[in-house]
Amino acid sequence: MWQYEKKLQYPVKIKTPNAKLAKIIISQLGGPDGELSASLRYLNQRYAMPYGEVKGLLTDIGTEELAHFEMISAILYQLTKDLSMEEIKASGFDTYFVDHTTGVYPVAASGTPFTAAYFQSKGDILTDIQEDMAAEQKARTTYDNILRLADDPDVRDPIRFLREREIVHYQRFGEPFRSR
Amino acid sequence: MNERNMLLSRIKKYDFTLKELNLYLDTHPNCRRALAMFRKYKELRSDAVEEFTKRFGPITPEQVSDTQNWTWVEDPWPWERR
Repeated sequence: MWQYEKKLQYPVKIKTPNAKLAKIIISQLGGPDGELSASLRYLNQRYAMPYGEVKGLLTDIGTEELAHFEMISAILYQLTKDLSMEEIKASGFDTYFVDHTTGVYPVAASGTPFTAAYFQSKGDILTDIQEDMAAEQKARTTYDNILRLADDPDVRDPIRFLREREIVHYQRFGEPFRSR
Repeated sequence: MNERNMLLSRIKKYDFTLKELNLYLDTHPNCRRALAMFRKYKELRSDAVEEFTKRFGPITPEQVSDTQNWTWVEDPWPWERR
């Protein structure tokens, strides 16, 4: 089971709305290497794992990814709050706005809705953990790309935190290969 | 930063430390140093959470102690900038 805590893992406090940035960052919500895909990947893979430490790792990292999913949602919520119609039209956010207004919905930056086809659960410890390590690196690259595109320090700060977590998770996922 | 946010920020720091130790212990279950650190930060967190919930309301629903109001639903929620 899970229990919700009424706080973010790391603060998100964005002063200036920016629909153009929201259009990019939404990929970490519902895109191929996003936080939802990460969470579901790990939480689904747990059942095929033979070792306690790997079951623990997938449970705990899968749970942390849900907290990251919430952080990305908070970034999107704050970036799209109080936008004027002019800003919505000028930023290209209008193609999202027509379907979702400013509601938070998991899509990739391209507009493709979230799909479980983004991840695997193969029932094989070696295959799954290798996929998980690759997934952490793909998410890290996406965060690097977001940092290339975003100049607002209020946005960069939580994005850098999330980027660092990918590196820590990658490190942890690699460790069972050495101890087992 | 107001007092509420300062205390919440302290809890977040303890939680982050505990999360890091948790993941580390998953793959190093016999590390006594990490186990001792986990115990230490768990206590610090528990004291900070107790103070926070007393003064500013619950972080989880079972922490509601008010007998008149279900304070769980009070603003702000985490995604709101306050």
